[in-house]
Amino acid sequence: MSTTVLTHQFDNGLVLLAEPMEWLESAAFALLLPGGSCNDPTGLEGISNFTCEMVQRGCGGRSSRQFVDELEKLGVDRGAAVSNAHASYGGAMLANNLFLALEIYADLVRCPHLPEEQLHDGRQVCFQELRAVEDDVAQKVMNVLRQKIYPDPWGRVCHGSEEALERITIGDIRNHFQATYHPRGAILAVAGKIQWEPLVDHVAKLFGDWQPVLGEPLNETVNSSEYQHLDYPSSQTHIGVAFDCVPYSHPDYYQARASVGVLSDGMSSRLFTEVREKRGLCYSVYATMNSLKDRGAVLCYSGTSTTRAQETLDVLMAELVRLRKGVAEDELDRLKARIKSTLIMQQESSRSRTSSIAADWYLLGQVQTLQDISQRVDDLSCESINTYLAAHPPADFVTVTLGSQPLEVPIEVS
Amino acid sequence: MKFRETQLENGLQIVAECNSRAYAASLGFFVNTGSRDETDEISGVSHFLEHMVFKGTSRRTAADVNRELDEIGSHSNAFTAEENTVYFATVLPEYQDRALDLLSDIMRPSLRNEDFETEKQVILEEIYKYDDQPPYGAHEKCMEAYFQGHPLGRNILGTVESVSGLTCESMHRYFQQRYSPGNITLVATGNVDFDRLVENANLQCGDWEPFETQRTVVPSGCRQDFHVIHKASATQQYVVQISDGPDAMDVDRYAARVLATILGDDGGSQLFWELVETGRAEFVGVGNYEFEGAGILMTYLSCAPERAADNLCRIRDVFLNAERNGITSAELKQAQSKISSHIVLANERSSNRLFVVGSNWLQRRDYRTVREVIDSYEAVSCDDAARILSKFPLSRNTAVAVGPLETLQIAEV
Repeated sequence: MSTTVLTHQFDNGLVLLAEPMEWLESAAFALLLPGGSCNDPTGLEGISNFTCEMVQRGCGGRSSRQFVDELEKLGVDRGAAVSNAHASYGGAMLANNLFLALEIYADLVRCPHLPEEQLHDGRQVCFQELRAVEDDVAQKVMNVLRQKIYPDPWGRVCHGSEEALERITIGDIRNHFQATYHPRGAILAVAGKIQWEPLVDHVAKLFGDWQPVLGEPLNETVNSSEYQHLDYPSSQTHIGVAFDCVPYSHPDYYQARASVGVLSDGMSSRLFTEVREKRGLCYSVYATMNSLKDRGAVLCYSGTSTTRAQETLDVLMAELVRLRKGVAEDELDRLKARIKSTLIMQQESSRSRTSSIAADWYLLGQVQTLQDISQRVDDLSCESINTYLAAHPPADFVTVTLGSQPLEVPIEVS
Repeated sequence: MKFRETQLENGLQIVAECNSRAYAASLGFFVNTGSRDETDEISGVSHFLEHMVFKGTSRRTAADVNRELDEIGSHSNAFTAEENTVYFATVLPEYQDRALDLLSDIMRPSLRNEDFETEKQVILEEIYKYDDQPPYGAHEKCMEAYFQGHPLGRNILGTVESVSGLTCESMHRYFQQRYSPGNITLVATGNVDFDRLVENANLQCGDWEPFETQRTVVPSGCRQDFHVIHKASATQQYVVQISDGPDAMDVDRYAARVLATILGDDGGSQLFWELVETGRAEFVGVGNYEFEGAGILMTYLSCAPERAADNLCRIRDVFLNAERNGITSAELKQAQSKISSHIVLANERSSNRLFVVGSNWLQRRDYRTVREVIDSYEAVSCDDAARILSKFPLSRNTAVAVGPLETLQIAEV
């Protein structure tokens, strides 16, 4: 593995990150703006997502149709998404079309039309997305879990509520755009068959004179961590369990990540073995790490028939509690092999590298190369993981269920 | 990039696209069997067997299989479709031998009764899970309605009844009828040492006993039909429409994909502008799927229930308009550039390439480079698209709607 990540910060705050991958034919970019749903003002929940929808309806000299047509002619496989922290726009394409695509996206984030006559259609799109989440009950459980484990606004998801969406005016959208679409805190990550110097010049031309805005700090409100059951008429029960964990920026992050890997990475992981393989309790079970800048959480999920849900929750919880006793050498060896191959295989995809390096910069203020991460994984030992687990035992579980009847949350065994 | 192929004496075929510059190697056993090769009594057995294959062999327990797949850092899995079942692993090149040893061993599974009963619960949970998430079985119900008793209309997972009634003996029988080496292809892509692969395959698979396998291919065809299934707990309405399309051997499949892209790609297509950009629907898409002796074009819609009737009229109008007036050369060009770029991006990963090379070989005994495939899409003309529309009219379809609506009436043309 031999990769380099180049960085350049412009005077206005925009950070450009690039990982040249000359063996590919493609290039990809991800542009992250500080316009995530954590910024949604109370009463206007969903405005970040609505703004993301509206900025794509014409920009610079293009109508919304011309915007899409131009990108399609360039063969840009594009996406836009709003997370808690960011509004992000990205695309992957043949490398020689990258500069033209970036020009279009510079217009998108700097001079969108935000046309009032399309506000109705944009609002309908947001309603449709909101309704679709209502039917995706597994995601719904995890959304509620996130809202309980993190203080508000850090657990917010982007879809908002029907009442708030109904209330949002074009003036609100324009204000929100002004306040959150700016270079301070923005990250442009590029990977693939690229050359660094021409890229810096091109980005300077497109974004160099973009003016930053000073944001205001957000206030936190702690949510109740009590067990919550969402009543839903179904033969299935969906279970979400979360507990606090160190964030990505913490020196012990890799110890924490490894402990969750032992729980959930691969077919020989503990949750898959105990919940599904040995007992046949469910089809899906997993645990995953989630990280904000200054805190993190482990989020676990399983979905099963209501009659078997209690046992599923009991076995899942027992595994979380057992993790306190530490991990074994052979479990760590398998995990290292899996992480290593994942890292090496990332070199086959420019798109996956853009999201990794952008997330690194946001969470760490620097980018780790694949070699850096590989070294950290090599340095892991059972001793270091078990020391971490002794200091940070999985505890204070937050539980959310969805289905036709609530479950008994097991009393933790200490 | 080099294509290699050979066949063992017992009939097992081995094909590989070797790329010494790739970071990974992908290996897969592609078995030419799936839900179309079942009977109603054993519906779901192909998929259930796919799970049981990971449950151990004479040399390994189920836990050994899972543990070893992780020890070599593999990204492995399996899937079952209408006409194939695929077991695959992507590993770093140095693990090629171990990956093949493991995959070839599990292709001769023990199928033990106690594992069978535990895994049956997992399969039933999988069926319940899909019943409880969008589009609530609309896809399977529409396949069943369109194919009207044809084997391709059979549900891949089976039903709760058929899976509950399956026995370990019937699975053994199915295995003995379908998993002949002559009905299996070992496919490899990425940084693969082909000579070593063949040498090891000979050692590990050479003693698999060959026997005759057959697939019954019967004609299929569309009947115009509309079914509404009431699902009170759903928020959105989900509609699947299926019409005739080119089959796996038909060169018109390239034109069909171009047409599906123009009419129903998820961004920038005619239906996107009509329904999604306007907020009338959450999602609409058109795709083409090819099988042996049959092909379909499938349209998928999800929207608020009160919009469903109007949206279906609009979809029909878009289809009728295309059937009458064809498509423009600007639309054609745009779709071709989108498809070409998509193909190049998708094929950068060895793991994606495995499925492309493997399914092409299974369906057509053919290997095509990325460039050749792109050239086939670039060669499609507006006349080809018009011919597809007249041969396979999208406006003539079987549809199934699932959601809060109890009835759904579409206005006459």
